[in-house]
Amino acid sequence: MIGVSSNTSAAEKLEYLKTDWSFKGIFGKFDRGALQRGYQVYTEVCSSCHSMKYLSYRNLAEKGGPEFSEAQAKAIAASFEVTDGPNSDGEMFTRPGKLSDKFVMPYENVKAAQAANGGAYPPDMSVLVKARGGGVDYIYSLLQGYDEPPVGVTLDEGVYYNKYMYGNKIKMSNPLSDGIVEYSDGTISSVEQMSKDVTTFLMWAAEPHLETRHKMGFKAIIYLIILTILVYFSMKKIWSRVETEV
Amino acid sequence: MSDHNYTPSSKVGKWFNDRLPLLTLANHLTDYPTPKNLNYWWTFGGILTFCLITQIVTGLTLAMHYIAHADMAFESVEHIMRDVNYGWLIRYIHANGASMFFLAVYIHIFRSLFYGSYKSPREIIWIIGIIIYLLMMAAAFMGYVLPWGQMSFWGATVITNLFSAIPLVGEGIVTWLWGGYSVDNPTLTRFFTLHYLIPFLILGLVVLHIWALHVPGNNNPVGIDIKKPSKDTVPFHPYIVIKDGFALLMFMIVFAFFVFYTPNILGHADNYIEADPLVTPAHIVPEWYLLPFYAILRSVPDKLLGVIAMLSAILILAVLPWLDTSKIRSAVFRPLYKQFYWILVADVLILGYVGAMPAEGLYLLIARVATAYYFLHFLVILPILGFKEKTLPMPLSITEPILGGSPNLAVAKNKESLDK
Repeated sequence: MIGVSSNTSAAEKLEYLKTDWSFKGIFGKFDRGALQRGYQVYTEVCSSCHSMKYLSYRNLAEKGGPEFSEAQAKAIAASFEVTDGPNSDGEMFTRPGKLSDKFVMPYENVKAAQAANGGAYPPDMSVLVKARGGGVDYIYSLLQGYDEPPVGVTLDEGVYYNKYMYGNKIKMSNPLSDGIVEYSDGTISSVEQMSKDVTTFLMWAAEPHLETRHKMGFKAIIYLIILTILVYFSMKKIWSRVETEV
Repeated sequence: MSDHNYTPSSKVGKWFNDRLPLLTLANHLTDYPTPKNLNYWWTFGGILTFCLITQIVTGLTLAMHYIAHADMAFESVEHIMRDVNYGWLIRYIHANGASMFFLAVYIHIFRSLFYGSYKSPREIIWIIGIIIYLLMMAAAFMGYVLPWGQMSFWGATVITNLFSAIPLVGEGIVTWLWGGYSVDNPTLTRFFTLHYLIPFLILGLVVLHIWALHVPGNNNPVGIDIKKPSKDTVPFHPYIVIKDGFALLMFMIVFAFFVFYTPNILGHADNYIEADPLVTPAHIVPEWYLLPFYAILRSVPDKLLGVIAMLSAILILAVLPWLDTSKIRSAVFRPLYKQFYWILVADVLILGYVGAMPAEGLYLLIARVATAYYFLHFLVILPILGFKEKTLPMPLSITEPILGGSPNLAVAKNKESLDK
């Protein structure tokens, strides 16, 4: 009734592709390697169109995230050019990025993004996983859902067929192909692998405190259960006075 | 109320209490004679107090970081989720807390319906309760607008547009509510103000609700009047305090599970998309706790009549004490009412379900039947039932059913002896 995936009402009801997500479940944690690889996929593929405006470079080194070393995160930040200013002359200037900077956006503004993408705005990816009914399974499936259109389906210029997209028509061309990214840790970059890695990265981006949340939740619930048991026996003891009295 | 004269033992206490009888009040609250047969459905009053306080405390904290501006609200919520220390925790408690609050209030209301707690002499308690419920809905609706996501924006647009159904002045009222010609920044800032205000109004009404309760005292599962204090009662402290505490802890476990493990399941994914006046979501649905009323609204083809039906569905509850003509309070002794009670529960659940579905085809038909039945229950069945129903014999005191086990058992025994 509630929180159901809004994408299931697509013309054809298609089960999302399933995979084992390490961050699901009570003890769920992110796979550090997947997060780092996922960041690589994001930077080398997605980030040319999709912004991630709520993330900062410092987040990449924070606990519970990809956990790049601080030096690595600094190097990543420095590889981007950031517009800053105005300086004392009143001029804007560019400088290498710092840890405290937000992720650099691919376009100046929404209009520029639309103009460059045939009128469609590539959505910001900061909370994308939470903004789609099917969540991670949907994104994971979508990335692998590109196909030749079935007979009878005609596509306009710049529109692609995707099995999992709402209405099956998507303005994003298939972003992934085997080997498009070269992983430094030796993992083979199949489309499936990259989809999983980047989706894991997007999950972290949307829920950066997921690991803390799971850990704290476990402690909180254990604490509550113990306290509940203690209170239960106190209650029995107190109420025993009444039952004998009656 | 058993206001026996209370004198503080210390001199300072007496001096203070003669000038402001706070200690007398505290004494009244701890000694307050409570029926000893209250079951766990009665613990939800305490649970609701906890919910209100939780919402106020987390809400105050969120308000320190939230920015009520159409251009910054969404971003400030993300700031809370990412950069404020434990901001994610506070926000998830607040967001899920609203759902928990409604879960508890629905149990509380349906407990009252089952045991006839709204009947004389407790009508005022009941009416205050309905006002609290209305204010809760207003607060929840406006709170849902604050993150300024797609569902916030479009939910606000749909609900405020309902006022345009009012003849002649409708359009003007909507413009006045919006503070402009569409839902925009002025709407957001006034919703924030009211969302901040309403919980304190609720708090005041809760004090009145409890005050009014303490005049006749609690109803109980048997639904008979009892002498207070007597063998049928126990002092509120420690008996009820510990029992309420135990129930509250179990409730908190469920609450914690939502907060820590499925914090977004009760919300809508679209609300993580920033509000965009140019893009309408495929389905605009309110939060789950408003769905039955949403179903009633949409089941009527005419807009104005739909709004009237929806409002009547809530306001009809306020006159319930006079619609229910039965003198017997508890459904335990009303075999027919008990069945109609469960049909009503099913009816409201069905309304909630179809409220989440598109208003077309079979869903619309079901919504119409369920809406008709809802009103039938209150306007026809309840008034007639009071005259027609053959109720079961009542025990004389609640000590009797307690000795015999459950009230039902005592009644069964009672019946047996009558049959002989």
